[in-house]
Amino acid sequence: MMAWAFDALLAAGLLWLGWRTIASPSLFKAVVLFIVLGLLMTLCWARLGAPDVALAEAAIGTGLTGALLLNTYRLLLTDGRPPEDRALEGRPRATVFHLILALLSMGLVGVLGWALLILPEPAVDLGVLVQMRLDESGVSHPVTAVLLNFRGYDTLLEVAVLLLAILGVWSVSETITAPQTPPDLIYDSILISALIRLLVPLATLIAGYLLWAGAHAPGGAFQAGAVLAAVGVLLRLTGRIQPAPVAPAWLRSIVALGLGVFSAVAIGALALGGNLLEYPQGWVEALIVTIESCLTISIALILTLLFSGAPGLQRHWP
Amino acid sequence: MTQGLFFALTAVGLFGIGLYGFLVHGHLLRKILALNVMGNAVFLLLITLARRNPTVIDPVPHAMVLTGIVIAVSATAFALALVRRLHRETGETHLDGTDDEEPS
Amino acid sequence: MNPSELLALLNILLPIALIVLGAVFFFAGTVGLLRFPDVYTRLHALTKADNLGLGLICLGLAWQAEALAIASKLLLVWLLALLASTVSCHLVARYALRSGIMPWRRKP
Repeated sequence: MMAWAFDALLAAGLLWLGWRTIASPSLFKAVVLFIVLGLLMTLCWARLGAPDVALAEAAIGTGLTGALLLNTYRLLLTDGRPPEDRALEGRPRATVFHLILALLSMGLVGVLGWALLILPEPAVDLGVLVQMRLDESGVSHPVTAVLLNFRGYDTLLEVAVLLLAILGVWSVSETITAPQTPPDLIYDSILISALIRLLVPLATLIAGYLLWAGAHAPGGAFQAGAVLAAVGVLLRLTGRIQPAPVAPAWLRSIVALGLGVFSAVAIGALALGGNLLEYPQGWVEALIVTIESCLTISIALILTLLFSGAPGLQRHWP
Repeated sequence: MTQGLFFALTAVGLFGIGLYGFLVHGHLLRKILALNVMGNAVFLLLITLARRNPTVIDPVPHAMVLTGIVIAVSATAFALALVRRLHRETGETHLDGTDDEEPS
Repeated sequence: MNPSELLALLNILLPIALIVLGAVFFFAGTVGLLRFPDVYTRLHALTKADNLGLGLICLGLAWQAEALAIASKLLLVWLLALLASTVSCHLVARYALRSGIMPWRRKP
């Protein structure tokens, strides 16, 4: 009974936050409410028995997306255009068009809900299948086994999408000529220095633990990479890392490292006579550990670069 | 009504809200926000569908949602870079130049 | 009641009491967020009350955790949240002061 009350509160909170994100007249409030929606989503994942997804959503879906949105909001405000720009705030005037769209959306919701109610039973029970073949996969956690072994092709293409995103951001962003100095408010605060000295080693340790724990418990390469990316975003926000106009070779190699190693293993398996991405017997665990480590470093750097938007990074310690 | 069905219907409702927001707003940042709300709703639906067998939780939708979260972040980051560049070049935050916002 | 039954009762009641007390502090912090007049007082309510509430909840959960490792992880969660919220409170207050927001004074 109490579980029902909690679930009902969660669902009501989700719907109300979703509505306020869409309909809030202030854009800043909409972004902040979206971050809160992401946190509530994390609670939902924990409630629905999906701890891996909860970790990834908290780090990437809420944290990094929220940071990206707030960063873009600030840049839209301060981007050096004259002040007679169009206002960022404001509610769209309610018209008949909007009423028709609202009715259509509600109709779609009704149709989808009805489709859910008449959903037939699944033909194949994938959970049981995964449990049966878990020993051959090289790890003992089913989600990691699916991610890196049974559906490894999807993960390979996902890393390719990440690489494409950073290439797209690099192509579209403007070239910067000089490193920007951070505002003194952030830079010479003693609390910030203490925070960085405490948090960066601890976060790196946690990322390493998440990477190692992914083999037998919730965790894995994406969550570990996201925690490391959080470290990178923290250093970028406090001015310890500045955007640089040129990407050095080591940075470009690390960005390509995850996809490179994963593809090399996939094509190597093909060359050794098996199918694409069919790990050779006896090497499965070692290969998965190698791929996950390279993926972690690569994902961390790509997510940090996605946040900073510049081709390169350079240090700027006080 | 089981817990799974309840959350699945919530996900469908959230998707409808996100879709309405995406179609109605002209401001690009609000469109990206609405798109992300829709994405979260789809992930919620996938995870609830993973619990249809009460004893063994299906891990394949979990892996799909993990992949989906990372891809949503990539697409959002690229879309935001495009919005920033558009604003820097033209000063606009709407695609077709219409002004459907009341000034605050 | 003999001592072992008393201890069992304490083991059940103490976490509940700690968590409820933590929830009360969270509620107080939220009321402060909604009712206080300016940024500084709101930060004060939010940071102090919410951190104490989180600490009590973590203590209550740690009391009834199955292993010492889980209890120490919960306390680590509290310490990290304390660290992060302290620094962000300091930064927000500093920025507000330097942007010229004056602390609220009661009208005489």
